[in-house]
Amino acid sequence: MDARTAVLSAEVVPARAQMATTLGFHIILACLGIALPTMVLLAEFIGLRRRNAVAMTLARRWSQAMGVLVAVGAVTGTVLSFEMGLLWPGLMGRFGGVLGLPFGIEGLFFFLEAIFTAIYLYGWRRLSGWAHFWSGVPIAVAGILGGMSVIAVNAWMNQPGGFTEQGGRITSVDPWQVYFNHAAGYEMPHMILAAYLVTGFVVAGVYATGILRGRRDAYHYTGFAIGFVPAAVLTPAQIFVGDVAARAIASDQPVKFASMEYVAGTSRNVPEWLGGVYVNGHVYAGIRIPDLDSLLVGFSRNTKVTGWQTVSAAQRPPAASLIHLCFDAMVGAGFVLLFAGAWVGFTWWRARRLPRPRIFWVLGAVSGVLAIVAMEAGWVVTEVGRQPWVVYGLQTTEQAATKNGGVITSLSAVIALYTVLGVVTIAILRILSRRWRTTGAEEDGVPYGPDSRDVAAEARA
Amino acid sequence: MIADAVGCILLASITLYAVFGGADFGAGLWDLLAGTTRRGRAPRALIEESITPVWEANHVWLIFDLVIFWTAFPTAFAAVMNTAALPLWLAAVGVLLRGAGFAFRKEIDELRWQRAAGATFAISSLLTPFFMGTVVGAIATGQVPAAATHARMSAWTNSTSLLLGCLFVAACGYLAAVFLVAEAASRADHHLEVYFSRRARAAGLVAGALSLATLVDLHSTNHALYHRLTDRALPLVILAALCGLIVVAKPQRRFGARVVAATGVAAVVWGWGVAQYPTLLPGTAITLSNAGAPHTTLVTIVVLFAAVALVIGPSLVLLLELQRRHVLAEPSAGAGPPGPAARPYAGDQTPSVQ
Repeated sequence: MDARTAVLSAEVVPARAQMATTLGFHIILACLGIALPTMVLLAEFIGLRRRNAVAMTLARRWSQAMGVLVAVGAVTGTVLSFEMGLLWPGLMGRFGGVLGLPFGIEGLFFFLEAIFTAIYLYGWRRLSGWAHFWSGVPIAVAGILGGMSVIAVNAWMNQPGGFTEQGGRITSVDPWQVYFNHAAGYEMPHMILAAYLVTGFVVAGVYATGILRGRRDAYHYTGFAIGFVPAAVLTPAQIFVGDVAARAIASDQPVKFASMEYVAGTSRNVPEWLGGVYVNGHVYAGIRIPDLDSLLVGFSRNTKVTGWQTVSAAQRPPAASLIHLCFDAMVGAGFVLLFAGAWVGFTWWRARRLPRPRIFWVLGAVSGVLAIVAMEAGWVVTEVGRQPWVVYGLQTTEQAATKNGGVITSLSAVIALYTVLGVVTIAILRILSRRWRTTGAEEDGVPYGPDSRDVAAEARA
Repeated sequence: MIADAVGCILLASITLYAVFGGADFGAGLWDLLAGTTRRGRAPRALIEESITPVWEANHVWLIFDLVIFWTAFPTAFAAVMNTAALPLWLAAVGVLLRGAGFAFRKEIDELRWQRAAGATFAISSLLTPFFMGTVVGAIATGQVPAAATHARMSAWTNSTSLLLGCLFVAACGYLAAVFLVAEAASRADHHLEVYFSRRARAAGLVAGALSLATLVDLHSTNHALYHRLTDRALPLVILAALCGLIVVAKPQRRFGARVVAATGVAAVVWGWGVAQYPTLLPGTAITLSNAGAPHTTLVTIVVLFAAVALVIGPSLVLLLELQRRHVLAEPSAGAGPPGPAARPYAGDQTPSVQ
């Protein structure tokens, strides 16, 4: 049995599908877990510093939504911990002692996050303004550092190193090199920025939708701006990091890069394909830009780009079209978001206000979805693109997968369960939003903060 | 030597999960058994208030247990994951549903959906510790082969494993009831204090009986372990029994009951560890020191745990102290309709269940 057929048999396909389902679901919550605390703190900061009651109300409400999202994120993340062993015993049995270390560090930060999230979420009524604000800062910091630690594991799977193996046993480990492996330098910032983009644009999207429905008030514009501005400011940085990452992958994992860009044979003057489907050596329905790929990889038309034909068919990832189209979707969505940010920047520069055209608010409303699509597509590129390896060059996904039958069953159960979970989570967020709308901002008892303080100061005067 | 230290760290974090995470699962058990909407309102409200701010932090010990297990003892971890795949899957699903059900119930307005979320939370609080218990049973009875590649139903459905599953549930309920007695007392709610002390006593007796039954059963399923439990680990077994008796005799003991109950559960966990030492998987040659991780990994885990103790220790104390002083409360109070958190299953629309 050659490796190509092996990949399609056994439990490895359902195991991969299940990992993709659960990780693809969790990663959205992970993004919100990493970056939503920062947005909430930003709103609270504006509320405290500028005595802005609207921002304060937003902070309180977002933290309530954060409570639900963090809880669901915590448990879906735990399912992934179980799956590491249940779906990939081969990986953990062989490399657990290496890739476990960044996970341990992540555990430390996750703990910190859980503790201070509890203090922050449930401290609104009894902690004073700035004390409450500072109780939230560790969540934001731990979110970033914890996220970096998990990405360290994934980056290590792409560029394994920092250990020696003799006779099938790991004999020594350099934790520093494992954590700060070769791919960590670009994967970590790329994903942390992605988390901020997803969160910021999702928040902005919610309020842009409200504005489209005619709720044009300070509350909605403030909510939109607190989400949109940080995300839009970080978008160029993300595109820069992504560009650096792509070039690094061209040398670190040339076959993955070749699939991303439809490079079959190693050559110079390689064109860039926008879209298109690859079938038997032909790209159909794609736009061909001559020499651009070479130019992007080495800043010269003459740059040689490695093709996937340098390795045997068994060592290439399946479905080059999927990888390429996902890569294009990610980059495309990134540029649409860049455009939306530039629009706001331009209007603000000329007129000191937000854009008025309805089409901009439609774009704002879908910006959250676009950011999620970009992030998910990026994960498809990096994960499918690494196949057939789970640990690049060292262990195939098939070797890592469980030999236990019944993964089809657990996969079906997981799909059903996560569908319900996703639907209910969104339903709960809608319940919250409806409750807030019927309450109205002015009735929203802010326990401390500008309103009550101003009132108290006036009373004293 | 260093492997022993890591073994202690793993056992310590298992103990912390058993005590704190266990109490949260037990609270779900009492939520399940609290009866109709009207009758169960007060105990459910206390349960909700007591575990809302802390359950996620307590839950992180489980992540630590898994991470330390797979990092320090990867081959043993893979063997356990392969052999006991089914109960582990069910436990994972239980963890998912417990947390999600609990978080959702708070925010739902409609009674019937609130009840559905509550039932999800409560039933999975019962099933999760049960399946975790059966996995421990599979390990303790030597049913996990060193080079396991496939699941074995018999590994976790033998009498000891099933008994341990039940014991886990009873112990969770016992811990939760003891903790809830103190929570009720701190709110000067005499009625609930009596309510939960009665349950603490009952659960304590059941857990004691199940412990004895497990011990007797081990006599035939893993004689070596039985022998060591009644020999090398005997002081811990006696300590566990004593703690149980003290709490069962007077669960309303103002200050000490929680500490004594937790000590009792800790003594059982460490009794198991001492009895098994240095074997990691009984019936195989896998010990603490040859389970796959290199020396540097083990050293890193010790350093990491020191960092956890330094950073997480004080933070956790802060959280638990704020919770003890009732500083932490639902943020929604005052905004929107009466928070279901304050009164789960409450409201004017209170048709009785059943």
